[in-house]
Formats: sequence, structure tokens, C-alpha cells
Amino acid sequence: MKTGAKILIEGLQREGVETIFGYPGGVVLPIYDELYNSSLRHILVRHEQAAAHAADGFARASGRVGVCLATSGPGACNLVTGIATAYMDSVPIVALTGQVPTSLLGNDAFQESDITGITLPVTKHNYLVKRTEDLGHVIREAFYISRTGRQGPVLIDLPKDVSTKEISYEFPENDEVNLRGYQPTYKGHSRQIDKAIEMIMEAERPLFYIGGGVIASNASEELVRLAEMLGIPVTTTLMGLGAIPCDHPLNLGMLGMHGTRFANYAVTESDLLISIGVRFDDRVTGKLDTFASQARIIHVDIDPAEIGKNKRVDVPIVGDSKSVLQDMLAKIQKKKTYQQWQSRIHSWKEKYPMKYPQDGMLRPQFVIEQLSELLDGEGVIVSEVGQNQMWTAQYFCFRHPRSWITSGGLGTMGYGFPAAMGAHFARPDQVVFDIAGDGSFQMNIQELGTVSHYQIPVKVAILNNRFLGMVRQWQELFYDRRYSYTELPPVDFVKIANAYGIDGIRVEDCGDVRSALKTAIETDGPFVLDFRVEREENVFPMVPAGAAINEMIGGYTE
Amino acid sequence: MKPHTLSVLVENKPGVLSRVTGLFSRRGFNIESLAVGTCEESGTSRITIVCIGDDAQIEQVIKQLNKLIDVIKVSDITENDRVERELALIKVNADPGSSRAEIMQIASIFRAHIIDVGTKTVVLSVAGDTEKIDALEKLLRQYGVKELVRTGRIAILRGAKTVKSSK
Ligand SMILES: Cc1ncc(C[n+]2csc(CCOP(=O)(O)OP(=O)(O)O)c2C)c(N)n1
Ligand SMILES: [Mg+2]
Repeated sequence: MKTGAKILIEGLQREGVETIFGYPGGVVLPIYDELYNSSLRHILVRHEQAAAHAADGFARASGRVGVCLATSGPGACNLVTGIATAYMDSVPIVALTGQVPTSLLGNDAFQESDITGITLPVTKHNYLVKRTEDLGHVIREAFYISRTGRQGPVLIDLPKDVSTKEISYEFPENDEVNLRGYQPTYKGHSRQIDKAIEMIMEAERPLFYIGGGVIASNASEELVRLAEMLGIPVTTTLMGLGAIPCDHPLNLGMLGMHGTRFANYAVTESDLLISIGVRFDDRVTGKLDTFASQARIIHVDIDPAEIGKNKRVDVPIVGDSKSVLQDMLAKIQKKKTYQQWQSRIHSWKEKYPMKYPQDGMLRPQFVIEQLSELLDGEGVIVSEVGQNQMWTAQYFCFRHPRSWITSGGLGTMGYGFPAAMGAHFARPDQVVFDIAGDGSFQMNIQELGTVSHYQIPVKVAILNNRFLGMVRQWQELFYDRRYSYTELPPVDFVKIANAYGIDGIRVEDCGDVRSALKTAIETDGPFVLDFRVEREENVFPMVPAGAAINEMIGGYTE
Repeated sequence: MKPHTLSVLVENKPGVLSRVTGLFSRRGFNIESLAVGTCEESGTSRITIVCIGDDAQIEQVIKQLNKLIDVIKVSDITENDRVERELALIKVNADPGSSRAEIMQIASIFRAHIIDVGTKTVVLSVAGDTEKIDALEKLLRQYGVKELVRTGRIAILRGAKTVKSSK
């Protein structure tokens, strides 16, 4: 005989889960009791939102499904932001929530909330398990749905009596999932791929536009090989950074609102946009009808609903990026170099390099550059949201997929720190940094308790400008410098870290940045760095909202 | 922008209707009519949705519906040869003296049935396409329609063709 709780833990282990992030409460007591003697590692966070983000960070860093656990009502509701964050960026997590006993469902019982209803729009799928007998298979199905096709969060709601009930249950040897309503397409249509290749051969100014889908399907190697074989330049979205090494000669860096000028100019002049694992998000395209308006468009994505959603596509290919890229590699015979196109791009690169003033002031970009030099492409870099995120995207040199973790679609402040905790459990061999803003860090600052408790060696580098910097930047540029509620009073973050038993350094001079970063890297446990950066530094270049992406303001020009 | 009739085959699972309708409201698609019921395959239900949008919007609706795990198949049967029906129950003021006879006459022209007779009202049942029901309602309005209940449209293909799960 097994309780539902026991079936749950066994089920998780059968899915290969080793670590889960959670927070206990009344209706999950039976599950926690089962965890007490289990080999499954449970990390007690300090807020359920952090459990969801940690599961998400784990998933992004490892490519495996991350798991979080919370009690009913307030616990479950606290997960929602984290689930929505994972949903927007297609991250495979399974969220487990306790629920009031089935007999009380719908009665406004103590700590009841309709979490399957609440998370309907932000999960790939969700379950309210009403019978212990169903639990084993639901777990299998949930993991299957989460990690296949376009990945995403799945929630399982577990009423208390389902966890406590004892049944005789053996997991079936071969518990295959077969859902007639869910059959993702992995292999791209062969004739469509031929058509795409034909177009590539005809093109004069082709460009790869690469997104998170390439990271998710572990297709970076194939992408780089194909780009090199054809000599086609590559630009990536925020989510696609790391798909091609930053210092690769074909790499143009990020496109879009805070992309490089050369990437945005290349998109604008390109005659063929080879779009893979992207969704033509408004932060990328700017004004839609001018985006890549001279280009024919090939769009490869595993989610058919993304194809043609925002932009008309000439060659749609539904399929997994890796599989489609492999097919392309196998089919392409001719090698081509687009000499003229490359030299045009080269001249933009020379004319509009990513630079900022080198005047001895402590500028946030400098901190990122120093860290980038020190880590030399290694490590996992997680960010918060705002200017800190954009500067990291612009100035850190990512060389590997899954080395860059950020909340792109939802833009969740407070994501970075807990996600960094999760990333550590995925990649314990790597140094993990959370590049934070002072505002964002304070949204989940309580997790200092968790990293201290378990000595999770996450390094937090706060680009402390005492502003909600990104919002302030918009107020400066578009609201006549009326800084309405964006200034933050000074906080002594080192003292706060110390209170949790964590070491930290405050850095006020440019000259101290490198040694402080080194100290953090060399310290075994967690570490907090409080960089008092230039307060009103802006992220440039920038495409104002609604403008065409080649109408950029700011940034360095020769 | 024109009405599209979608026939959606779904797993008969709790919450499936709210998954489907939630998707419409969330993504700003308008539902003009919706009818749901079990169908020939056990464990499945068929939802007939009439919605209005341009081609791109309807394509998105269909793709998004297809992404729902419990949705087995979505067919846009707007361009197909099909029959569509809707059932309406209409309660009308009908004083025995004056209007009752007229109402009965109108009912028979529309092949509506009088299925309940009260002292001051009658209830008509009518089946047909939307236009027919609209027309009948309009005619009855002069007598005072006290209550109107419509099922929403259902549709089926003509001939041997079916809308079945093959997804
Ligand atoms: C949870 C949440 N609330 C509000 C916002 C809107 N927002 C975007 S950036 C930003 C400012 C972030 O400030 P900080 O973390 O200090 O970063 P900085 O821009 O100064 O680097 C705000 C408020 C958000 N993205 N997320
Ligand atoms: Mg700030």
C-alpha cells in the first residue's frame, strides 16, 4: 500500500528529479512527511515565487524539467508570477500545489483557491487530481507535456485526501503517454526545407534571426555550422544570446529595442530573414510593417501558432530547430559567401561599435565588461529586469548556450536571484552570477535566507543606481525628466547580506571593480557586491517604442 | 470579417469548456454563438463555435485551439457544404382574446410549435437557421417577448463527410 504522497515522490524520481524547490503548509503536510525520509532533495525557499523561479532557472540551465512545490491558497497564488514567467519564455517546469480535500472543493474552504482556474492562461496544461489512482499517470503526462513540443509549465493540483489515501499501486513498466490532442511536429516538411534552401541560394543579403527556440532545442552547434558553411551573419534575440559565441565573426549580437545598430541595420537591409525559434515579439520588431520590409521570410518554429502570427511568412516550417537545421545541413551542397553583404555589415560594425564613455566613472557597462573578461565565457549569468538586464545582454560575451538566463517575455523583476539559485543546482560546476538592479533585487531579497541556509554559491552583483533605472530612463527621454516614483533611497545591501551571514563588498570606484569581482568568484559561498554605479546612465542604442528598428537613438558613432 | 463556423472536437474532461472559452476572451476573439454536447465518440464532446474575424484572426484562433491539450481536432467548416440549426424557445404575451390567434398563425408559418399555453402567455419552440429565428423574434416582438432562450448554432456537413478525430 502506498499513499498518494508516496506515489508523488516516486513518480518524481521516476522522471529523474533530484531537487525540488518548495515551501510547506497545511494541505501539503503529507507530502512533506514523505519528503522527510526521501532521497529527493528539497530546498526550502523563503517565498513561493522564488520556488517557481528557481525551478525555472534550473530548467533553463540544464534543459531538464524544474520542479516546485507549494501549499494551497496563498502558497499556490505566490507561484503564479513564476509560472507566468516560465510560460512566456517556454520553460519546462512542473508546479505542484496542495489543495483542500476533494470534499471541500468549491466551498471557499480555508486556504482554498482555484489554482487550476487561476493558472489556466499561464500554463501549457494543468491538472486537478481527484483520485489517487490517477496520480501516477498524471505525473508522467505532466512531465511529458512540459518537456516536449514547445516546452512550458504544467501545474498539478493535489487535494489533501488524494495525498493521504492509501492504495495498492505499482508504476506500470511502460507507461507511455499517448494524447490524441497533442502530437507535436519535430521534423520539418521536406519540401518546405528545399524551398528554404532555394531561397537561401538566391539571396544576396541573407541573415539568421535566432531566438530562444534554438537554445531550447540544443541546436546551437548546428546553427553555427550552417552559418559558417554559408557565411551568413547571425543576430539573436535576448533569449537567443549564447546560441552563437559573441566573438564569432558572423555574430551581430542582439537585435531589437536595445540591439546593436549593425544588427538592426542588417535586418532592415536584408533580403532574406532566416528566422528560427523566434516569435517576432514587439520588443524585437519595433514598428511591424517596416521590420525586414525588404526581406522574404523563412520561419522555423515548433509552435505552428507562432508562424504568421505577427508577420507574413514566405516559407513556414513547423518543426524542431535542431531537426530542421540538421536537415538543412544534410541537404545543402553549394557553399556560398556573401562577400558584398559581409563587407557592408563589417563597415557598420566599424562605424557603430558598442562603446560607452571611458572616463573613470563607475559605469554599469564597465562592471559587466570586467566580469565578462574575468569569466572569459564561462559561468552562468542570470539577470534581473531593467537596465541591468540590457547592459548584461549588450556587454557580456556569451560563448555557450544556457549560460545566459533572463526573464524575456514577462520581464519579471525579482526573477534573477532565485533563478540563479536554481541554475546552481543544474550546473554546480559553474560560477553563477545574478546581475541585479537595486529595485529588482529587493523583490526577492528574502532569498538571501535560502542561499545562506544551504550555502548556495550565488554571486549577486547589484548595479545599484538607486533608481528603477529603466523606468527612469523612459521618464528622462519621453516624460521630460519627471521622475515620478522611480527614485529609491539608498540601501546598504552589504549590511543586509551580513545579517544573513553572507559576505559582501560595496564598490564605489572604477579601480576596485575587478578585485571585488575576483573576491566574489573566489569566495566559496554566496556573495553580494553592491556597485554604486553612475545613477543616470542610459541603455543605448535604443529604438523608441513604435519606431522602426533602424531609427535608433543614442549610442556610440564614429 | 465574416462569421466562421468551427467544429471543435474535445476530450470530455472537466474544465475543457473554460479552456476553450478562456482562450477566446484572453486573445480578444469574439464568440457569436457556442453550443456544446457529447457526440458519437465516447469520451468526447463537440463544440460548435461561430466567431467573427478576418482570415488571419481565424487562423490564429484555430492554431491556438489546437494547442490546447484537450482539443482533439478543430475544423473550420465555413466553406463546406453544411446544414446549420439553432433551436429557440420564445415566451410571448398572448391574451386569449386578441393576439393569441395571430401568434398561432405566425407560428405555423414559421413551422414553430406551441409547446406551452398559459393564461397570459404561450411558449413557442422553433428550429432553423439564425435568420429564421431572428425573423420570428422580430415579428413576435409586437406582442411582447417575455423571455427568449437560444441554444446557439450547431452544424454538420452534408453528405458522407464527417468532422472526426484524425489529429
Ligand atoms: C515585477 C515587475 N514590476 C514592475 C516592472 C516594471 N519595470 C521594468 S524595469 C523596472 C525598473 C527596474 O529597476 P532596477 O531593478 O533597479 O533595475 P535598473 O533598471 O535600475 O537596472 C521596472 C519597475 C517589472 N518589469 N516587473
Ligand atoms: Mg536600479
